[in-house]
Amino acid sequence: MSSAIPLLLAIGLGLAGWLVARARAWQFRKDAAGRRLSSLPIYHAWYAGLWIGLPVLVFAIIWSAISGNLIMSHVLSDPAAAGLPEFGMQRDAIINEARNVAAGLADRVLIPEAQGLVEPFREATALYGWIGVVVALVLGLAGGAWAFTRLKPDFGARSRVEKGVLSVLFVASLVAILTTLGIFLTLVFETVRFFGMVSPIDFLFGTHWGPDPMSMNPDGDRYGAIPLFWGTIFIGAIIAMIVAIPLGLMSAIYLSQYAHPQVRKWVKPALEILAGVPTVVYGYFAALTVAPAVRDMAVAIGISNASSESALAAGMVMGIMIIPLVSSISDDSITAVPQAMRDGSLAMGATKNETIRRVLIPAALPGIVAGIMLAVSRAIGETMIVVMAAGAAANLTANPFEAMTTVTFQIVAMLTGEASLESPATLSAFALGFVLFIITLALNVIALRVVKRFREAYE
Amino acid sequence: MVTEQELTTETAADPAANEGLSDPKIRATDVSVYYGDKKAIDQVSIDIHAEHVTSFIGPSGCGKSTFLRTLNRMNDTIPSARVEGVIELDGEDIYQSGMDVVQLRARVGMVFQKPNPFPKSIYDNIAYGPRIHGLAQGKTEIDEIVERSLRRAGLWEEVKDRLEESGTALSGGQQQRLCIARAIAVDPEVILMDEPCSALDPIATAKIEELIDELRGRYAIVIVTHSMQQAARVSQRTAFFHLGNLVEYGHTSDIFTNPRLKRTQDYITGRYG
Repeated sequence: MSSAIPLLLAIGLGLAGWLVARARAWQFRKDAAGRRLSSLPIYHAWYAGLWIGLPVLVFAIIWSAISGNLIMSHVLSDPAAAGLPEFGMQRDAIINEARNVAAGLADRVLIPEAQGLVEPFREATALYGWIGVVVALVLGLAGGAWAFTRLKPDFGARSRVEKGVLSVLFVASLVAILTTLGIFLTLVFETVRFFGMVSPIDFLFGTHWGPDPMSMNPDGDRYGAIPLFWGTIFIGAIIAMIVAIPLGLMSAIYLSQYAHPQVRKWVKPALEILAGVPTVVYGYFAALTVAPAVRDMAVAIGISNASSESALAAGMVMGIMIIPLVSSISDDSITAVPQAMRDGSLAMGATKNETIRRVLIPAALPGIVAGIMLAVSRAIGETMIVVMAAGAAANLTANPFEAMTTVTFQIVAMLTGEASLESPATLSAFALGFVLFIITLALNVIALRVVKRFREAYE
Repeated sequence: MVTEQELTTETAADPAANEGLSDPKIRATDVSVYYGDKKAIDQVSIDIHAEHVTSFIGPSGCGKSTFLRTLNRMNDTIPSARVEGVIELDGEDIYQSGMDVVQLRARVGMVFQKPNPFPKSIYDNIAYGPRIHGLAQGKTEIDEIVERSLRRAGLWEEVKDRLEESGTALSGGQQQRLCIARAIAVDPEVILMDEPCSALDPIATAKIEELIDELRGRYAIVIVTHSMQQAARVSQRTAFFHLGNLVEYGHTSDIFTNPRLKRTQDYITGRYG
């Protein structure tokens, strides 16, 4: 509640400033009597609007982030808070309860201890609400005053507004980068904590994976991640690629070289729809259709106790999922090979097929390889399909009919269990995520560099 | 000089120009080419002779490149293109059904406006044709073909020590000679050149022209060019195209010094085009 008011103030004051400044600028224009002014009235309006709105907006964002803590520390300094338990869930429950009642989310307290805190919470919330509004108003008025002192007929509002827009755009792009950095730092931080309990050597080279979520005992023998890495590579980079590379490449060749434009017009979007299917739907398909079929096949070829979950089922469906990725990028790079290459080869008396095999594919190979690497990084990061179809057993085997597990599956398993956030089992999820992040990042960087160099070669 | 009306039915004209020649290597009769509904070439008839360089000149868009590409059926790669009339190579209609385009193009090679070496090594660029046509058994035979083709294209001395380097790393003029060597490697009978020097500097152009003159002894060469000086320098016979018509065809010296039609004279003296 309290943070919404500064936000509304930012918009309201900004709008008011905008309108007033525009009216003022129109007046300048009239007074100038036909002389050309450096900026249109609209730029004066935006200049004032931004000077009012932006500071208040920035304040509103910061305020919404810190006001909760300010309220909390105010409440805790109240004598009524002295009786709270020191730590633990009971303390959190009491505080939450009091806060909810104070905010009107609950009618009455269920825990008697919370009753004393309701009133301090009300007071603190009201106090900081007012502080927020006042600071927002002061900032808005100060910004507006500054802007209006500068509005003059010859004021270069245009270039200043454009600079302002530029910085807004810059900040917007910064958000994504900072978020990535934040995710990365979280991963690193938690990973370091995990490696404080379990040696990285045990983790990276151990061959037995079987964490006990309930145990706080960091037993290095239970955190060998090799079976997970193997499962990930076997499903995502081997089985899925055996499916996706030939099918994707062949469909790319067909679509780019042979398909009638009318056919291409329909087939290519249809193929790209595959990329838009939610992975959980592929998961159903893998678990309900492909996995039983694979098991029946395994039984038919004489594997008696075949599992209903298998690496093969998950890998095959994952391969189908990434066909569009492989085919789309391969298609683009084959199409990007200059017509002159094609003509040169055909004029030598090569058939279309020979031209594709001996000239187009080799010339497009860097792009195709990059597409495959992007597909691999997508496949090894994929979660839903393996959760639903690959099983949970950390088997270190090359038998595709056996259940296997992957890094992503174990991350889900470790984080959704009942284990406390402090246990090595939970922290291992971050270490797994960190390794996965590094691998996919490396694959993406290499792939994008290859694609870039390939583009340069023909432009 | 005669007026156009007197010559409407005999554009290829000048029977005396064919005297003393054997049968034509390529004979085109009433060839028309359409792109969709648009007629790009209108009823062109022309004889092209072995051991001659024949140049096609004319303003941009006159159809000379289009006509050149009908001679080895490269127009087949353009879906909307349609060819009417008869084109015979050694008396055999190249547009008849059952004609093997692969064989045709092995016999009628082509060099393009922009050098287009494959992104492969120099060696593999030359070996490409012999390999797909199965012209050589074993490495030594291919080695021989590569060396012979590069020598004929005047490129051997410049590249013999770096045959494994990419063909695209050569200079523009060298790339174009590589493309000529590539065309020679399959031992064609006719080489079509579509403005082969338009992307090259004057020195590289001079080298290519010299090369064309040397190659004349072995192949029938047809060259499309925008440069009338080039046509005059390298060719023995010149055909002037305008608006999809073959306006005048004859000995190069006659076309340039004594054109029979005013339209030709206007073009070669630079009045339009």
